[in-house]
Order: sequence, then structure tokens, then C-alpha cells
Amino acid sequence: MFDFLSKYDVLGAFWVTVQLTLYAALGSLIWGTILAGFRVSPVPLLRAFGTAYINIVRNTPLTLIIVGTLLGLSQTLGVTMGTNVLDSQNFRLATLGLIAYTSTFVCESIRSGINTVPVGQAEAARALGLGFGQVLGVIVLPQAFRSVIAPLASVLIALTKNTTVASAIGVAEASFVMNNMIENESDKLFLVFGVVALGFVVLTLPTGLILGWVAKKVAVKR
Amino acid sequence: MTEANTESNSAAPMIRMQAVNKHFGPLHVLKDIELEVPRGQVVIVLGPSGSGKSTLCRSINRLETIDSGVIEVDGKALPAEGKALARLRADVGMVFQQFNLFAHKSIVDNVLLAPVKVRKVSQSEARKTAMELLERVGIANQADKYPAQLSGGQQQRAAIARALAMRPKVMLFDEPTSALDPEMVQEVLDVMTSLAKEGMTMLVVTHEMGFARRAADRVIFMSDGEIVEDSTPDEFFTAPKSGRAKDFLAKILTH
Ligand SMILES: Nc1ncnc2c1ncn2[C@@H]1O[C@H](COP(=O)(O)OP(=O)(O)O)[C@@H](O)[C@H]1O
Ligand SMILES: [Mg+2]
Repeated sequence: MFDFLSKYDVLGAFWVTVQLTLYAALGSLIWGTILAGFRVSPVPLLRAFGTAYINIVRNTPLTLIIVGTLLGLSQTLGVTMGTNVLDSQNFRLATLGLIAYTSTFVCESIRSGINTVPVGQAEAARALGLGFGQVLGVIVLPQAFRSVIAPLASVLIALTKNTTVASAIGVAEASFVMNNMIENESDKLFLVFGVVALGFVVLTLPTGLILGWVAKKVAVKR
Repeated sequence: MTEANTESNSAAPMIRMQAVNKHFGPLHVLKDIELEVPRGQVVIVLGPSGSGKSTLCRSINRLETIDSGVIEVDGKALPAEGKALARLRADVGMVFQQFNLFAHKSIVDNVLLAPVKVRKVSQSEARKTAMELLERVGIANQADKYPAQLSGGQQQRAAIARALAMRPKVMLFDEPTSALDPEMVQEVLDVMTSLAKEGMTMLVVTHEMGFARRAADRVIFMSDGEIVEDSTPDEFFTAPKSGRAKDFLAKILTH
């Protein structure tokens, strides 16, 4: 019954999904944290940039952003992302698009985490002579991160599923292979769906469970 | 352990506030405040709730900005937000009503954090000093616990140790015992009393009469954003001049 699977590189496609997820997760964690820093910074210009970025990018459909990286960045502006091999070129563009988009959700999660840190924590740090960067980096963000691990897990799960949009620019991740299979094996439609859906559950379920456990473990006691 | 900071401007008062005004929206919370605190003096600030005591205290290290007037610490005017202000704050210790210990750091890490991050003292040296300070406030055996595991009195003593670790020139206390269960008030006051005896310049917002009589050189009474009386503890408690101070004393002494 599952014979047809051997004709397709299903595992390889899921490996692409995992890679997209991991690179985009790392990138959006970093960029999202920086954006959160902008949004709480005392510098009005940075705050304005942060707010504008979030409101524009978060409200743009992901497909548009990812296709936009290909059409806008690569084909119009000629940004080549270090290689000319088309496959990995589009993989990188998709990663970039996912980072740009997912970082807005990371930023807003972290910002809500920052709001759970009592203002007295930052005041005590300032009163001791710590600068803005130190107050944020040593006192506020470490506490904020601990309180947003659970929401960040949801962002990560959403990101894992959002990687399917990369197929829009030809990245051969799981849903790309799924579309191929559906075309060629139309009699096994439900089976194909089932296999791919199961693959995503296998990827995302542990994420939720493990990070949920970590969230409890590191929670700050007040 | 708390010897005064090296570069001090010994002619100037430790704290000088001149014609200081501050509003919160329409509310005038500091009205033409004039105050000089000479080095080594212990000043108690008293007054009804909402009279501006916290705002006065917090304006001295610029946790609150002021609308007009001059505030100088050790002869230097408060700089605007930035590196210079951070440097000044490092020299001004502050103890809060709610302790505000860093919840994600152990007690000893709370105490050594600022010396390491701000004064660039080595980790090992900072730890040694931190342990000495914790010893001195009587909680060395709690060093590796987290703030939430300590009693309020222990947390506040840790917060005092954390401030002292920066070797401040002056210490500000904003109702340091108001959030404590009654049986823990004395242990914190004892630490403060010994600090006062060692010659630390202190500005203390508190309603603890015993401490005021024992440790204070001077009492400031505030009401509606104004300094209404400025006298010795004896004078203030036995013969307050203004009606507002008499009312206030009548209220807190009957409790
Ligand atoms: N951040 C703030 N915003 C608006 N009003 C404030 C703020 N902080 C204090 N106030 C008001 O300023 C007045 C003085 O407050 P405060 O200095 O805390 O008084 P005290 O410490 O003597 O009780 C009060 O009426 C208080 O409600
Ligand atoms: Mg107050």
C-alpha cells in the first residue's frame, strides 16, 4: 500500500522542511529579539522603525513575502545570496522571507514577556548604574525569555507549518513533494495527505511537549 | 567596607536640591524644594501618603525627571540619561520598598552583578566582597538561594548589601520596612542603624520613629509636595511647629 512512497524522496523533503524551520527559527529569534529591543528602546526613531516593521510585515501574507524575496530581492535587485545554484538560492530566499515574517511574532511574544517583568527590576538595575543595553540584556530579557518559552513554542510550531509556503518559489520541502505525489498518485489521495500530515505532527508535537516542559522548569519565581 | 568614594568634592554638600519642581500631569508633586544634605548626615523624610516623599527620593538619582530646578550629587549636577548618569547612579545606593532583587539571580549574584558589570571588578573579587557584605547583614548562609526563597526581611537586607557592594557615596531608602511583616522590621533597621553609625550619608523615607530617634540627625516633614518642617528628631517629635505636622504625628502615634 505504501509502495508508491519509495518513488519520492519523502524523507529528503522533510529534511528540507526541518532545515528551513531551524534556520528560520534561529534567524527570527535573533532578529525578533533585536526588534523587541527597538520597540522598548528610549530612542524614538528605533521605536518608530520597530512599530512600522511589525505592523507592515505581520499583516502581509507570507506567500507575498516569500514570492517578494524572489521577484523583488533576487530578480529585480539582483541580490544573489552567495550562490547561483538555483535550488539553494531559493532555499535561502525562502529562509529570509520566513525570518522576516516570523520575527514579528517572536518580537511581539518577547515584548509581552518584557511586560511581565516588574518595572522595579529595571529600576533597581538602573539605580545600580547599569546602562540601557545591560538592563535589557542582563536583567529584563533573561526574565522575559523564561516567561515566553510557551508562546515561542507556538510560534515555532506555526513556523514549521509555514515552511510549506516555500514551495511557492520551488523549494522542494514536504508540501512540494506532496503536490507531486497528488498529481501522480491521485488514487491514493488520503494516504498522501495522511503521510504528510503525520510527518508534520511528528515534527511539531515534540516541540510543544519539550518546550512546555522547559517553560515550567525555568519559570522565574517571584 | 563602605569607605567613601575616592574622588569626592569635599566642600560641596552630598545632595543639593535647589528650586526643584515636578508635576505629574496637573498634579504639582514637588514644590520649590530646597534641600542640602551634608556628607555623613542621616536625614529622615516623613509625611502623609502622597506628599511626594518617593518622588523626592527617586529624583535624586533621576529615576524621576524634574521639570525645573537643580539637583547636585557630590557637587555635580545630574546629567541627562546616558553614560554619565549611569556613572552617577553607580555612586548612589538605592533601597526600595519592594526590595526589587533580581528574581532570576541567586542572592550572591544579585550582590556581585553591578560591581562586575559596572565597575568591571573581577568575578572572584566581587564574590569575595559580596560574601563579606552578606555576612555583615547576617544572611551569608542564604547566598545561593533565590530571592523568592527568602523572607522579606532577608530580601531587604540582601538589597542593602547589593547597594553597598557599589561602595556608594550616599544611600537612599524609600520606605525600606513598609512591605515587611512586623517581626522583620527590626533586623532591617539594625543594619541601617549600623550603617548610619559608620558615617554613611543617608536619606531615609520611613515612619519608624524608633529609628528616627536613634539614628537620624535631621527630620524633614513633607506635605502636599512641600518641605514644611526641617528640624532635629527631638524638636520634631516633641514640639512640631506646623499644624500639618501635629496632625500627622497625632495620626501615626495613636497607631
Ligand atoms: N508615575 C506617576 N504618575 C502619576 N502620578 C504619580 C506617579 N507617581 C506618583 N504620583 C502621584 O504623585 C503624588 C506623590 O507621590 P509619591 O511621591 O509616591 O508620594 P509618597 O511617597 O509621599 O506617598 C501622589 O499623589 C501620587 O499619586
Ligand atoms: Mg512613597
